[in-house]
Amino acid sequence: MPEVILSAHDLVKHYPIRSGVLRRVTGAVKAVDGVSFELHEGETLGIVGESGCGKSTLGRLLMRLEEPTSGRVVFQGEDWSSASGAALRKIRRNIQIVFQDPYTSLNPRMTVGDIIGEPYEIHPDVVPESKRRARVQELLDLVGLNPEHIHRYPHQFSGGQRQRIGIARGIALNPKVLICDEPVSALDVSVQAQVVNLMEKLQSELGLAYVFIAHDLSVVRHISDRVGVMYLGRMAELGTEDEVYDHPTHPYTQALLSAVPVPDPTLRGKREQIVLVGDVPSPANPPKGCRFHTRCWKVQDICRTEEPQLIMQPDTIGAHRSACHFAEVRKIVETVDVSNVPLSSVVLSADAAEAAAHDHPSAPTLP
Amino acid sequence: MTTTTQSRADAKAAAAHAAYQPVDGRLLDVENLHVHFHTSDGVAKAINGVSFHLDQGESLAILGESGSGKSVTAQAIMGILDVPPAKIPEGHIRYCGQDLLAMPEEQRRKTRGPEISMIFQDALSSLNPVFPVGWQIAEMFREHRGLNKSDALAQAVRLMERVSIPGAKARVKAYPHQFSGGMRQRIMIAMAIALDPAILIADEPTTALDVTVQAQIMSLLQELQQERKMGLILITHDLGVVADVADRIAVMYAGRLIETADVYTGYANPAHPYTKGLLDSLPRLDQKGQTLAAIPGLPPNLLKMPPGCAFHPRCPLARERCREERPELVEVRPGRFAACHYTEEVLHA
Ligand SMILES: Nc1ncnc2c1ncn2[C@@H]1O[C@H](COP(=O)(O)OP(=O)(O)OP(=O)(O)O)[C@@H](O)[C@H]1O
Ligand SMILES: Nc1ncnc2c1ncn2[C@@H]1O[C@H](COP(=O)(O)OP(=O)(O)O)[C@@H](O)[C@H]1O
Ligand code: SF4
Ligand code: SF4
Ligand SMILES: [Mg+2]
Ligand SMILES: [Mg+2]
Repeated sequence: MPEVILSAHDLVKHYPIRSGVLRRVTGAVKAVDGVSFELHEGETLGIVGESGCGKSTLGRLLMRLEEPTSGRVVFQGEDWSSASGAALRKIRRNIQIVFQDPYTSLNPRMTVGDIIGEPYEIHPDVVPESKRRARVQELLDLVGLNPEHIHRYPHQFSGGQRQRIGIARGIALNPKVLICDEPVSALDVSVQAQVVNLMEKLQSELGLAYVFIAHDLSVVRHISDRVGVMYLGRMAELGTEDEVYDHPTHPYTQALLSAVPVPDPTLRGKREQIVLVGDVPSPANPPKGCRFHTRCWKVQDICRTEEPQLIMQPDTIGAHRSACHFAEVRKIVETVDVSNVPLSSVVLSADAAEAAAHDHPSAPTLP
Repeated sequence: MTTTTQSRADAKAAAAHAAYQPVDGRLLDVENLHVHFHTSDGVAKAINGVSFHLDQGESLAILGESGSGKSVTAQAIMGILDVPPAKIPEGHIRYCGQDLLAMPEEQRRKTRGPEISMIFQDALSSLNPVFPVGWQIAEMFREHRGLNKSDALAQAVRLMERVSIPGAKARVKAYPHQFSGGMRQRIMIAMAIALDPAILIADEPTTALDVTVQAQIMSLLQELQQERKMGLILITHDLGVVADVADRIAVMYAGRLIETADVYTGYANPAHPYTKGLLDSLPRLDQKGQTLAAIPGLPPNLLKMPPGCAFHPRCPLARERCREERPELVEVRPGRFAACHYTEEVLHA
C-alpha cells in the first residue's frame, strides 16, 4: 500500500453549550469524539454517516479551519499543531478543501479568475505572478470549463459548473490531499455523474488523495478505495470498499446499507430491510457505552456500559475495523461486478461525455 | 374513543365523498396541461402540454431533474399555483370526470384535503409553528367534517398513533419544533391523509431526510396507500425510491413528459435517451467497477428552449430532424409512451 500521507489521531471536537443569563457553559456538543484513521497517497477515503454525525466537523479539523479540542492531525510525519514556519506553510498548501454548496461557497462579487487564483495570494511562491492568469485558464480547462470565461461571476454558472470552479480552486496549489465535503450532494443526477467523473480523472492525473465526505452511500462506494462509517461523532466501521459494503460487521453499517434504495424494481421486496426504530440521539448527550445501543437490535448489557473500540474484527474474508462488542458479518448487498460490462452503444463513454460537456459549457443563465 | 364518536366521524366522511365517484377506477386525467409564468424576463413555459392519468390504488412516480416541472405539475393539480405570475393557458385536469380547472373556486377549495391532498418536501415550513400539531390536525376535522372539539382531538390522536408518533396522546399539544425531522414528516402525512383523500401527492417527501428515516417514511406511505386504496403521485428525482414503490413512471424533461411506462419495463428497457441517460449516470450501491455515463451539458433554460426536441443539445442520438421537429409523446409499445424520433434505436440498444 502507498505511504500514509495524512493521519488523524484520536481527534475530538466539542462545542460548548451555553445557557442562562450568564451564558455559562452547561454542556458540550460532542461533534467529533475520538476519530482516528490514515489516508494513503493517491487514495480516496470515503466518510459516510447521517446528518449531524460529525462528517463536516471532521473535514474542518483536517483542514485546521478549527482547532481540535484534543487529538492530532499529522501530514507526512509533520504534526499540524506544532508545525511552524516553512513546515506549516507546506501543510497548508498541501491540504485543500471543496465544499458542498456550490451556491454559497463562492464569493458572488469575485470573478471566476479571482476565485481560482485567490490561493496564490496566500502562497505566491507556487506560481509567479506573471504566469497566474495562464495557470488559472489551464485549471478552467482541466475541470471542463471554458478558459475564456475567466472574467465571469459565479451566478453566471450552473450548480455543476460552480462545483467545478470550487474544485479548480481546490487544486490550484497542487495539493496532495483534497478534503471534499458533500461535493456532489446539491447536484442533479446527470450533473453529479459529470463531477464524479471529473474528480476521478483529476485524481489519476494529479495523484491526489481524497477524503470524500458524503451521505450518499452509492456515490461513496463508487469513488472510494476505503470507507469509514460515522455515528454520533465516532467511527463505527472502517475498511476497504469491499469489506464495508460486502462484509459489514457493525449493525449500524448493516442497517444503513439496507435502507439505501437500489434503482432496480426487480429487487423490490427481495432485499433485506433492517428498519431502525427512533432517531439519532443528540450529540450533546450521546448514550453511554456503545452510542448505537439505543437503536441496536443486538444490544446486550455490556453495550450499555462499555464503549466498544474500533478494532480488527473477523469478516470471513480476513478482518477489518469495527466498533461493536458483537461484530459479525451480515450480508446486505448482493454486489455485481460490472467492471467488464461495456456501456451500451446509445450512451456516450464517460470521456466522450466529458468532452461534450466541454463543448457546451455556456450556462443557462447567460445572456 | 367511544364507538359513537367513531361512527359519527365515519358517517360524515362517507357523506363528504359522495359527490365524486371514479369511473372504471379512473381518478385523475390530466390533459394537455400548460403552465406559464409571466416574469420580468419574459414568459417561462414551465409546463408544455402534459397528459397523464392515475387510477385508484395506483402509484405513479413523476421523475425528473431540478426545474423540469414536477412541482409545478403537482401544484396545478392541487390548485395552489400563485396566479399571477402563473397562468394555465390550456389544458384540463379531470378529477372523477369533473374538470377542476373549470370549477368555481369555492367548490374546488372543498376538494383540497378530502379528495386530493399533498405532502411537501419541507415539513417544518408547511406546519404552522405557532399551533400545537394535534390542534392543527383536529382543525381539519372541525372545518371539513364539522366535528366538535373533543371528537376532533380524538381523531387527531388516532391519526398520530397511526403514523407511529410515540406517546401520541401526551404529545398532541406539542409544537412542530418539538419533533424531529422524521416525526414532523409523519405529522405532515397524518394531516394529508386525515380526510381520507382519494389522491395523495407527495412532492419529494423524503429528500430532506436521512436514509434510515427515509426508509421508515416510505414504508409508512406505502402501507397507508394500500390500506386506503389511495392513488399516489410520488414526485422525486431519486430513481432508487421510485424503483421500490412505483407502479408506473412518468419522466419529465423541460416541462414535458418524455416517457411513461410501467416501472419494470421503463427501468429494464427505457424508450427515451434521457431516461436511459439518467439510469446510466447513477452510481449503484450493488455494483462494483461501474462506469458512470454522465449526460453531457445542462437542462435548457425555459426562456430559451431549443427548437425541435428540447433534449437534442445533450442527446447522443440527435440528428438534423431532432433540431427541427419536436417529437410528440406517442405509444411506442402497448401501454408505453415516449417522445423521441428514434425511440426504436433506444429500445433495441
Ligand atoms: N413562481 C414562479 N415564477 C417563475 N418561474 C417559476 C415559478 N415557479 C416555478 N418556476 C419555474 O418553473 C420550472 C419548473 O419548476 P418546478 O418547481 O416544477 O421544478 P421541479 O421539477 O419541481 O424541480 P425540483 O426538483 O428542483 O423541485 C422551473 O424552471 C422554475 O424555475
Ligand atoms: N459551530 C458549531 N457550534 C455548535 N455545534 C456545532 C457546530 N458545528 C457543528 N455542530 C454540531 O455538531 C454536530 C456534527 O455536525 P456536522 O459535523 O456538521 O455533521 P455532518 O456534517 O455529519 O452532518 C451536529 O450536532 C451539529 O449541530
Ligand atoms: S456494541 Fe452492542 S449496541 Fe453497539 S452495535 Fe454492537 S451489539 Fe449493538
Ligand atoms: S428526438 Fe432526437 S434528440 Fe430528441 S431524444 Fe430522440 S434522438 Fe434524442
Ligand atoms: Mg455536513
Ligand atoms: Mg420541486
